[in-house]
Parts: sequence; structure tokens; C-alpha cells
Amino acid sequence: MNINTTKIISLLFFIFSAFYLYTAYQIQVFAFDENAPFNARTFPIYLGYTGLFFSGLKLILPDPDTIKVEHKTLEYKKTGILILIAIIYGATILKVGYFLTTSLFLFASYYFLGERRWILMFLLSFPFVAAFMYLLHGILDIYLRDPFLKSIGVMG
Amino acid sequence: MIEGILIGLTTALTFQNIFMVMIGCFFGTIIGMLPGLGPMTAIALMIPITYGFDPATGLILMAGVYYGAVFGGSTSSILLNAPGVPGTVATSFDGYPMAQQGKAGKALAIAAWSSFAGGTLSAIYLLFMAPSLSKVSLSFRSPDYFALMILGLTAIAAFSSKGQFLKAMMMVVLGLMLASVGQDSLSDITRFTFDNMNLTDGISFVLVVMATFAMSEALTIILKRNDPTAAAKQVSLTELGSIKINKEERVKMYKTIPRSSIIGFLIGVLPGAGATIASFLAYGMERNLVKDEEKEKFGKGSVNGLSAPETANNAACSGSFVPMLTLGIPGSGTTAVMLGALLGFGIQPGPRLYMTNPEIFWSVIMSMYIGMVVLLILNLPLIPYIARILAVPRTFLIPMILFFSVTGIYLMSFNNFDIYMMIGIAVVATILRLYDFPMPPLILAFVLGGLMEENLRRSLLISDGSWSFLWDRPLTLIIMITILTIVGWQIYKSFFKNN
Repeated sequence: MNINTTKIISLLFFIFSAFYLYTAYQIQVFAFDENAPFNARTFPIYLGYTGLFFSGLKLILPDPDTIKVEHKTLEYKKTGILILIAIIYGATILKVGYFLTTSLFLFASYYFLGERRWILMFLLSFPFVAAFMYLLHGILDIYLRDPFLKSIGVMG
Repeated sequence: MIEGILIGLTTALTFQNIFMVMIGCFFGTIIGMLPGLGPMTAIALMIPITYGFDPATGLILMAGVYYGAVFGGSTSSILLNAPGVPGTVATSFDGYPMAQQGKAGKALAIAAWSSFAGGTLSAIYLLFMAPSLSKVSLSFRSPDYFALMILGLTAIAAFSSKGQFLKAMMMVVLGLMLASVGQDSLSDITRFTFDNMNLTDGISFVLVVMATFAMSEALTIILKRNDPTAAAKQVSLTELGSIKINKEERVKMYKTIPRSSIIGFLIGVLPGAGATIASFLAYGMERNLVKDEEKEKFGKGSVNGLSAPETANNAACSGSFVPMLTLGIPGSGTTAVMLGALLGFGIQPGPRLYMTNPEIFWSVIMSMYIGMVVLLILNLPLIPYIARILAVPRTFLIPMILFFSVTGIYLMSFNNFDIYMMIGIAVVATILRLYDFPMPPLILAFVLGGLMEENLRRSLLISDGSWSFLWDRPLTLIIMITILTIVGWQIYKSFFKNN
């Protein structure tokens, strides 16, 4: 059997389906529902078996259209950095607030993607987010919690 | 029906709704024009905005975005030979050669008029077909719906996966598994939450769409940045040429448009088929029907070769609304996204939508047509200016897509757990995309998951746990035989191909 990445993904999906099936059997149902024709665990159990069936077939059957990904041409570093920036964004947004976090998120993303036109980068981050925030908060009345702006007295 | 049309027109022709169609068409065109970003991404980015409006307005905005994005995809196909979506690949066969001959303006005008005509004709077909299908579908029972949903999922897997049926079916199962997270709708028992309160309500539909389309699309673009085939091509936007179509070209289009619109619409109605198959089939059919002299021009800038796929893909877009509005079962990934949005509004599409919410049913149909008119009026003169969007550097474009995705999710829940979950799903989706695992089946399955479980529950309870409901009624039996034929054929094909 020719092992390629698609097969590895199929194997992972097979394991995931097995775990899903195990968890489905663990779902607690009411005592009177235990032997009912349909209860909260019925559908997930069928899904688990279906997942095992299709991923199992994919594992067993030969794969003629092997997808070859040229890893050397892929930009793992930049993609990784962008994901990291997004995670940091998620971690700080509630503590720091929408305005500063989102502006820095945009500015950092432009920078790490290779942009160096500082004025454009600035305009499309801080003033852009301020305008967007005004649209949400000021016009559409969507409350945005922002400890940073509150601390400097911009927001009530 | 006349009354319905009038209700639809009254709703669709309010100032707010016309404005929404215009905004939708404009932004849809811009987003659809950017290579890699298609109607699904465009609609996904719009969903959080639509929740601020009433359902009819929200849907009208999405319909505008949909048509705009389809037209935008054709523009990048013609100008850059870089189709934004698979549905416009066939457009580039003759559109790009025309652009290379200095007739880019003309090619764009032919595409715009063909799209308009295809959309207009299919809106008429839809007008007559939807109510009658709606009446027929009232006789459907739970087992029929359950079987029909499996058929929809199987068909989209078979058609959208380019021979990778098993991969698509794995995505279907994954979508259904994601949909099963959270409280069971009947007993309120929590499932797969692992004692995490954030998962009790399940995974949000918008989150899954944003993660698998907008965010993973952006990540894929960065990831493949050095791929020579993905490199942006330069195009001279100052030399688009005239947008006038002469009499001879018009005569050719008169013959092509009606037949391509019929084939496009009928294929659009089939669950899972959609614009891609419609455009390729129309292109192939047109090539067989034209005279030998014209046949030789195919692939070198033929008017018929450009007009046929453009008409068909727009007609298929309208066609795909038929199963969504009348049966509550989307025919394509894009209509699956729209179905999810409808459910978010608290509206259950299906045969009863026609009776319970006629203003929504008819206003969507009417706004489709208005969308076509707006597209033509707005986009044709603006083509040279809109085309400049193709010059936006990706260093600004990608962070903006990420910004709208992340902000969209944050504004819906004000919870950073959703941001983490979106990043996680987007990373997995990006890896899966890299190895050609299709995403539309996942979305369709995610949307249909709850409905499928509900119909299976009813069917099993009525038949006291027996699976005989799958063959008791002739209609269910026919659907099941179709499903087994598709699955069997696809598996046999994979096995036969390998040996």
C-alpha cells in the first residue's frame, strides 16, 4: 500500500471517527429513553460508523490521484505568524479592547506579509478601525466593550 | 401567483431593498473578482451584517452578493485567466483569448449581457416552477425528506469532488459530526461538549462558514504565495477596448442564450450539480451545435463559446434556489450558506415557506431579477474602474479578509473562545484543502445535520425502530435506489480506475 499524506489524513479521520463513536456511546440518556427507537445517541452512533466506513474505504482502496504538494514552495512561516497573530488577538481582545487590539492586529498582519508603506499601513489600521467602530458603536448601536478607550476617557 | 409576485415586488422595490441589492451586487462583484474568493466567501462575509436586518432584506442583500460574485468571477476569468470560482472556468476558454486580442471590453460586455439574459430567463422559469414544486413537495413525509437529504449530500459529494468521492463523503460525515455538537434538540442532553459551557449551544454556523471559507481561503492564499501558478498576472487595465457588441455578435448570442439558459437552469435544480457542471455542459453543447466554421473559433475567442457558459452559470444559480426554497434542501454550497442564514433568521425554508412567509419567498425571487438589472446597469459602465480592484496588493487584501472574519465572529458572541475555535477549524480546513478535500459538502452537511436527525427521529419513531421506512413508500424507495446507485457507481469507479 502506497502511504501518502491523503492516506495519513484518512487514517487520522478513521481514528477520529472511532473516538467520536466511543464518545457517542458514552452519551448519557434518560433511563426511559434507553431502549427507545431513537434517543440522543442514535444519530451520532450511525455517524461514527459511517465515518469509519468511508475513511476505511479510502485507506484500503488504492489512490491513483495522489496529491503532491510542493512543500518547498509553501509559505509556512508567514502563515504560522499570521495564525499566531490571530491567536494573540483572541487572547487580548477582551482585556485590552476592540480598538487597540484590532488596529494592532491589522498593522502587524500588513507588516508580516511584507508591506512597508507605513502611511498606508497606518491609515488602513488605526483610522480604519476607528471608523468601523464608529459605524458599529455610534450608528448601529452595537455595544463594544473597550477597556483601553475607557481608560483614556474616549468611551463611557 | 400574481398576488405573490406583487407582494414580492412591493417588498423588493422598497428604497432600502433596492439599495441593498445595489450594495450587494457591487461588493459581490469586487469580492468575486479577486482570484480565489468566490460567492461562498462573499456571502459568508455578509452574514453577520444581514442579521441586523429583517429576513427579506438580509436575503435580498445576499442574493445581490451572490450574483455580483458570480459576475465578478467572470471578470477575473476574462482579464487574468484566473477564474475566481470553478463555475467561471469555462468562461476563460474564450473570454481570455478575446481579452488578449484587445477585446477585453467586448468580452466583458458579452459576459454581462449573457449573464443578464441567463438570469432573466431562469428567473422566469423559477417563477413558474417554484410554486408548483412547492405544492408537490407538500406530499413529502419525514422518510422522504430524510432520504432526500442523503441524496443531496451524496450528489454534492459525487459532483463537487472531481473524482474524489470518498474524500467528499468524509467531509460530509465531518460536517454532520460538527453539527451534532451541543444540546440534543428534543431531550436537551449535551453531546460532545466535554463539559465546556461554550459548546452547549453547539458550533455556530457562521463560525464554520467563516473558518472553512473566508479564513482558510486567506490562509491558503498566503501559503501558496510562492506557487508559480498562483502568482498574480499583470494586466493592462487601461486597454480594455470598446464594450459595444455588433449585430453579427448579437445574432450569435440570440441563438446561444435560450438553449444555454435551459440547460443551466435544469442542472442548477439538481442537488449538488451547480454552476460548474452547467457551464461546462453548455460550452460543450454549444460547440456541438454551431457550424463548423464557428466551431474552429472555440478556444480562440468565440462569441458563442463565451456566451454559453456565462448564460448557463447564471441560470444554474437561479436553478439552485428551487430545491432550497421549495424543499428546504440546498442544491449547492452557496445556497447551503444561504439556508443556514435563513435558519439563523428563524425561518424554515420548505413547501410551507411559500404559504407562511410569501413576502420572503417572492421577494427573493423578484430581487434576483432586480439584481440582474442592477448588475447590468451598475457594472457595465463601471467595468474599467471595478477591474482596478485586481491591482489591490495581497498584503492589504489578506489582513482585511481576516479582519472581517474575526470581527464578524467576535461581534456575534463577544467571546474569544469562538475566535480560537474559528482559528482551529480554519487551520484544519486549510490542510484539508491543500490535499483536495472539498469544503462545500462539509457546509451542506453541517446545515442539514439538525434537519436530518429530526427527520430520522420522526421516521424511526413512527416505524417503531424499523428501517423499513426507507422502502415502504415508493417515493422514498426511488430516492434510496438513486442514492445507492450514486454511491455504488462512485466506489466502483474508484476501484475500477485503479485496476
